[in-house]
Amino acid sequence: MGVTTALEALSSCSGCEIAILNLGEALIPLLTEQIDIVHAPILMDHKYYGQCGDGGKSLQIPEAVIGIVSGGVSNEEHIEVLQEMRKKCKVLIALGSCATQGGIPALMNGQDSEQSFDAIFQTLSTDPGAGRPDRIVPKLLDRIYGLDEKVVIDLQLPGCPPNPAHIAEVIMSVLEDREPVLPTKSVCDTCPTRRQGKGVVDTVKRFVENADFDPNKPISDMRCLLEQGFMCMGPVTLAGCAKRGVPACIEARVPCRGCFGSVRPKGNQLLDMMNALASNGIDCMSVVDRRSIQRFCGAHGNLRPKKKSAVKEV
Amino acid sequence: MGKVLTIQPVTRIEGHARISIYLNDDGNVEEAYMSLMSLRGFEKFIEGRPAEEVVRIVTRICGICPWMHHTAANKAVDGCFGVTPTLTGHKLRELLQVMAHINDKILHFFFLAAPDFVLGPDADYSVRNVMGVVKAAPELATRVVKMRQLGQMMIDRFAGKAIHPIAAVVGGFSKPMLESERTRLLKDAQILLDFSLYALDYAKNNVFNKYIDVFRELGVINTGFLGTVDRADGSFRLYDGRQRLMKTDGTFVDFEGDDYLDYIGEHVEPWSYGKMPYAKFWNEGFSLDLDAPKGIYRANTLARINVCDQMATPKAQEALEEFRSEFGRPAQATLLYHYARLIELVYACERIIELLNWEGITDTKVRAKVEPKGGRGVGVVEAPRGTLIHDYTTDENGCIKEANMIVGTTHNIGPMNMSVKQAATSLIKDGNYDETILNKVEMAVRAYDP
Repeated sequence: MGVTTALEALSSCSGCEIAILNLGEALIPLLTEQIDIVHAPILMDHKYYGQCGDGGKSLQIPEAVIGIVSGGVSNEEHIEVLQEMRKKCKVLIALGSCATQGGIPALMNGQDSEQSFDAIFQTLSTDPGAGRPDRIVPKLLDRIYGLDEKVVIDLQLPGCPPNPAHIAEVIMSVLEDREPVLPTKSVCDTCPTRRQGKGVVDTVKRFVENADFDPNKPISDMRCLLEQGFMCMGPVTLAGCAKRGVPACIEARVPCRGCFGSVRPKGNQLLDMMNALASNGIDCMSVVDRRSIQRFCGAHGNLRPKKKSAVKEV
Repeated sequence: MGKVLTIQPVTRIEGHARISIYLNDDGNVEEAYMSLMSLRGFEKFIEGRPAEEVVRIVTRICGICPWMHHTAANKAVDGCFGVTPTLTGHKLRELLQVMAHINDKILHFFFLAAPDFVLGPDADYSVRNVMGVVKAAPELATRVVKMRQLGQMMIDRFAGKAIHPIAAVVGGFSKPMLESERTRLLKDAQILLDFSLYALDYAKNNVFNKYIDVFRELGVINTGFLGTVDRADGSFRLYDGRQRLMKTDGTFVDFEGDDYLDYIGEHVEPWSYGKMPYAKFWNEGFSLDLDAPKGIYRANTLARINVCDQMATPKAQEALEEFRSEFGRPAQATLLYHYARLIELVYACERIIELLNWEGITDTKVRAKVEPKGGRGVGVVEAPRGTLIHDYTTDENGCIKEANMIVGTTHNIGPMNMSVKQAATSLIKDGNYDETILNKVEMAVRAYDP
């Protein structure tokens, strides 16, 4: 019998769960020997309100040693599920960047969300006169929260998606009652591209042309993408995406966008990146849409609606 | 007022849903709804973002089919910026998008749906899952896990990220394919093709034949269908083509993605965050009435198999002929989605072999010259769960001004509600219901792979 484990997904895309499946063959002993899944909506049929759907109004999840939650908190039901998971699980793990810092859905925190959610039901193809649904569906919160803004979290495992090797490491660390070994360096510190030092770049290019590289040569032969003038968030981003020794986006010859969140604990990727650019003599104002630098970490108050400019008195 | 049965979460599906069955005082079904519980607002929060960045943001709509959003968004931004991708860039995008279909189908059939058939719809819920399949059929399970992983790693190795991809870019692709990469992918693709033929055979013998009565009855409704076909000869296509909207009687109209607003509308019900697309073109309005539905069509595997004139690859065509001789065209039985899914699996494997054998696939001209500017573009691909439409308008800086998306799964929200009602009404009588009956109601939903 393995260690009891419960999985839940809140405001999420299922990519974290696919990352778990991407453990590949290691999945089979994990699922059949090491852990015993007692609740996991994507994989098994345990229900909140009894198996016949008539078990009362309060949501129930079985007790488990390990609890893994992906996704951020965006509606009232997410709070209920998260609190039940906290109550029933001994070790609660936040899986993926949505759970740890809001992730892409927390881009909504940069807008007036009430207005935006209403507008979703008034798009080009939507029948005129429709309103925002309000029966059966859970009420939306004022903004998107990371899990640790609502309950105590024992282990944080960021990434969009998280690295399957780290998922296994975190689970094994709980089984073996030790601290997990996870990356602490920046993407830059683990990137093999060639750096020549400060160059002639003084503005940031949009990624509308491919990087300059020889496809027949290894990544270590390609010049650093920042030095090539592209916006690359490697300096301020936590490493961990690499599966074959090269950061995942760099492997595709594409610049990093910061999906593992800040390399400094509780750091701010936007401010840190602006500092990094400025200290290299690069004009920060040349970055189009600077707010989208916060695209993976909009929870914890990092992204807020733009202040409306004050109306001048006549 | 009688009882309400709340099946939540709907399990072994990819999204977040709840089924509410309202029974009257006699214990018979008065009303049944399947509500989509999540709302994130992608159409709004991509406003203001540079369009070339949006192609790597919208992937988070779905972590199971991120390549679909990635490629549809790239097509839409190509349109906004007035760019035609290089031919190699175009084919590399198709290769990866079709490859991504392979894992998705293996995942759905074997990990999510198979427990209902391998262990049976009435097996205890604690074993009716993939862990149970591993114990009941370890050899099959090991092979399935290996094959899914192989498909995923083929993408991951070549394109850096299989989940939330970045390698398709406005104007084409971020890197060319080396001959050594091509050779290895081709070898792996052949292994997947062999597996896909085995999977279809396995399912015919162990699932479709065995559960044929369940297949002919559970969740059956009559609707139209939407899919994508080759512009030249009406063959089945996943990446590019014309959209085909078919009526229940098999007659159809073809249209270009750019014109989708003339053909498809979205209806809103107060009990689901998911909007319900319907055939505006038919001018009959929207109704989920089981006996006289209005505007209702279905998308996803069965729909694509129904609308195409033929499959464009030989093994898949053989399978389609056998399917049609047994179930006709259009086939309506909901559980046939599973059968159609495995025919598509065969096509996807054959198609990637064709693409890898195309002489230009290793050409280094992978990206066209791109300049951000104002414009409008509509990008359409067939996602595993249905026709996916991204429609963007950009401002003069090439940032998103307005976005509209119709996501694959949503086409089937109306039909899934009908199937739930059909299944619940025919299975729950005089207050008699149990776990097996309620699981069968969910099986009607699971066929659609929402």
